[in-house]
Amino acid sequence: MRLPQDDTFNSPDTTNLLDRGSQGVIAKPLDRPEGPLKVSGSATYSAEWKSDHCAEGVLVLASIAQGTVKTIHKDAVLSMPGVLAVLADEAMTRRSTQGTAGEAPVQGVQTVEYFAQPIALVVAENFEQARDAALTLEVEYAPSDTPVAFDPESADAEVELAPDTEPVEGGDLDQAMRDAAFAIDVEYETPGHASAAMEPHATIAQWKGDDLVLHGSYQMLSYNVKEIADCLSMAPENVRIIAPYVGGGFGSKLGITHEAVAAAIASKQLARPVRVVMTRQQVFETVMRRSETRQRIRLAADETGKLIGLGHEALVSNLPDEEFAEPVTQATEFLYSGENRLLKVDVARISRMTAGSVRAPGEAVGMQVLEAAMDELAQATGIDPVELRKHNIADKVPVEGTPYSSRMLAEALDQGAKAFGWDQRRPKPCQTREGDWWIGMGMASAARVNMLVEAEARVTLKADGTALVETDQTDIGTGSYAILGQIAGEMLGLPIDRVKVLLGDTSLPAGAGSGGSFGAISTGSAVLRACEMIREKLAKALGCTEDALELKDGLASGGGKSRAYPDLLAGKDLAETGSIKPGDTADDFSQASYGAFFAEVAVNAFTGETRVRRMTGAFGFGRVLNAKTARSQCLGGMVWGIGSALTEELAFDLRDGHLVNHDLAEYHVPVHADVPAIEVILLEERDAAASPLQAKGVGELGICGAAGSIANAVYNACGARVRSFPLTLDKIIPHLPDPFTEAG
Amino acid sequence: MIELTINGTRHRIDGDPAEPLLYVLRDDLGLYAAKFGCGLGQCGSCTVLVDGKPAQSCITPIAALEDRVVMTIEGLGSARTPGPVQQAFIDEQAAQCGYCIPGMIARAEALLRADPRPSEAAMRDAMRPSLCRCGTHMRILRAVRRAAVAMGGGIVDPAEPVS
Ligand code: FES
Ligand code: FES
Repeated sequence: MRLPQDDTFNSPDTTNLLDRGSQGVIAKPLDRPEGPLKVSGSATYSAEWKSDHCAEGVLVLASIAQGTVKTIHKDAVLSMPGVLAVLADEAMTRRSTQGTAGEAPVQGVQTVEYFAQPIALVVAENFEQARDAALTLEVEYAPSDTPVAFDPESADAEVELAPDTEPVEGGDLDQAMRDAAFAIDVEYETPGHASAAMEPHATIAQWKGDDLVLHGSYQMLSYNVKEIADCLSMAPENVRIIAPYVGGGFGSKLGITHEAVAAAIASKQLARPVRVVMTRQQVFETVMRRSETRQRIRLAADETGKLIGLGHEALVSNLPDEEFAEPVTQATEFLYSGENRLLKVDVARISRMTAGSVRAPGEAVGMQVLEAAMDELAQATGIDPVELRKHNIADKVPVEGTPYSSRMLAEALDQGAKAFGWDQRRPKPCQTREGDWWIGMGMASAARVNMLVEAEARVTLKADGTALVETDQTDIGTGSYAILGQIAGEMLGLPIDRVKVLLGDTSLPAGAGSGGSFGAISTGSAVLRACEMIREKLAKALGCTEDALELKDGLASGGGKSRAYPDLLAGKDLAETGSIKPGDTADDFSQASYGAFFAEVAVNAFTGETRVRRMTGAFGFGRVLNAKTARSQCLGGMVWGIGSALTEELAFDLRDGHLVNHDLAEYHVPVHADVPAIEVILLEERDAAASPLQAKGVGELGICGAAGSIANAVYNACGARVRSFPLTLDKIIPHLPDPFTEAG
Repeated sequence: MIELTINGTRHRIDGDPAEPLLYVLRDDLGLYAAKFGCGLGQCGSCTVLVDGKPAQSCITPIAALEDRVVMTIEGLGSARTPGPVQQAFIDEQAAQCGYCIPGMIARAEALLRADPRPSEAAMRDAMRPSLCRCGTHMRILRAVRRAAVAMGGGIVDPAEPVS
């Protein structure tokens, strides 16, 4: 029996409670309950809440990169039709908030730190008037006398070790490289990426006395409340955020952004609701970018292909003093063997919008490069790429010596290879030609760290025998509504249509939020614990031990007795709040979700155009909570992998740091014509150290290495080893063989 | 004053003739199914049917819509009584975050009206202008195929196997 206060996850949970349930709803590929709302246009997203007498705000962005706002010629626009206010309040934010910050980002919009930084908000009766005034507004600036570099590679960019990190150093990597039978020493680069969630950031702010209510598009509400409160110097208790439906996040909505604080300030000043919706360009220019990276990989292998040394050094960038640095080497730390190692991330201080989390920070770009370099090692050693990886699965985390929790890397490699038909691959490039197209296959491992974070949820078994799950956890498309209902349904013995889930409102207990793939397992663990407490009470009411209790279809049985819930509860609701906190298991074990990607591509022999023809992914991430939503997460991640491999790239002007491709016409996300048949295999696994659900995160796993498999397939197809992502035509063409060569 | 016919109802709009339909739908009429994704004709979130054809409402001025029939997906069915394309999107669980989905449904509806038995290539081509960042393309395409079958047309190529 678990005591209610025992909420820290200090030791692996091998009770596998969810496997003892009788209801049979956990893991099932159940539909998301909000599906009908979404297909009929009746799910209410942030900008769509009705509020009477709502004014509209439009952000004004700086037209310089660095300096000070001297004068804003407000009067000229205040006389324009409908214009209500021009705000340049020092509480407004000039940088975006990092995920889980729980405090204000850098505020003050008089100082300009990067091109297109927000500097003011214009508010008017309607959107058109506000936009017109924002475009008309004249601003005078004074240039900065302490310039910051625009190019992370330039000599005047200050470079330092990533804050709060230490290089991982073991043995002697240089010596290992000299001793190695096979040594790879290569440099790759990846460009900046944008989250590009389809719903632009939007907030409707409204005050009721001292209380602020925000309808907005955010991923982590309990942190966001603190961030807003800190920005406005008010108590978090006076802030309420409502966000039941969020149109995608992918990191960009982890922390609060500029429109939220600006809307709150304007609403207070005007004493009426204010809505601020960012334009698509503003989202690109001001919210969050994934840093570009330059990565040096060194692989030292003995004659059997076993790694004796591994180096992964990266240069990323961010604004001065910003603590976040893309954790490029995060999965390299534990993925493969090689005791002689050096892993390190440096950050260049530059003047571009804030760099922060974009889906799978670290692994998304680190794994794609590591796995491309592993393909180079496979080529050098002549070992099959799948075998090479299996050969290098470590027994314990190199250097640190930490044991692993459950790991499915070998299984994913084997099952993925089998399903894909890897044995059909011809090891050398330029062996298969179909008309104008070279055909090739490539693969990569997948890995993403697992995180359990603090979360709370309330579960009420109602007197009528239905259940209600309540938490401020968000569902950003991930499936929280479905999954949390399934956990409660399984634990309380209720069919899914008797469980209701309320999310996305900070008046409810604080869930984990959606980020870092930890939402489902953390908030889900809190739901599980609330249900455990309810089960104890039901057992007591029925007069049996908890072990003997069986709950199914709203009927409690045990000790030879059987009673329906309404009867057992005798007219009273039974409510419990469960909570989880990370504990010793986080340090005692190396925990991660694993998998493998397989891709087949066609590369045009004349133009270098690359089409992904099919992909297979096999993934092990502990218990599958909902096979349908988990599969969707994997599919979505692999689609991102196609984008990272072939098209996605933020382009900055190195003269002033401005983002050149700030919209969806110029930043190319994959579309229907780019997405081939993708097969996803979900492996059976229980990871007792990962969470009380024995589940691990899956929201980001599908991207972590996917682009590497595509790059490796391009090499296998046509022999082009391109060390700069994305693999656009111009980069492939110089490596192409004579298009009139015969295959083989 | 411009008269618009939207989902079978006539509305008199006292707005600038150059105002894009999307803003009239959302800000004046409270019809929120068509989404604001870019306002630039780049993402398809705002797609509606104009005379049965897909149109990006964020770049379609209302002056161009007099004497035309506008249909948003609110006109195709509701959460309780979804239309056949909506039902197919539910059955295939095509929505993740759901923000792109109304535009996808409008586009699919237009495709199937024009081509009740589309080829795979026609389907991908028709759906291509609408972006989905959740990466649920495979489920969306399956939903379009399912809708084609449900509406009596069918599909030319067999659907790819997906469990
Ligand atoms: S909102 Fe109309 S195409 Fe993007
Ligand atoms: S379902 Fe989220 S953008 Fe398509």
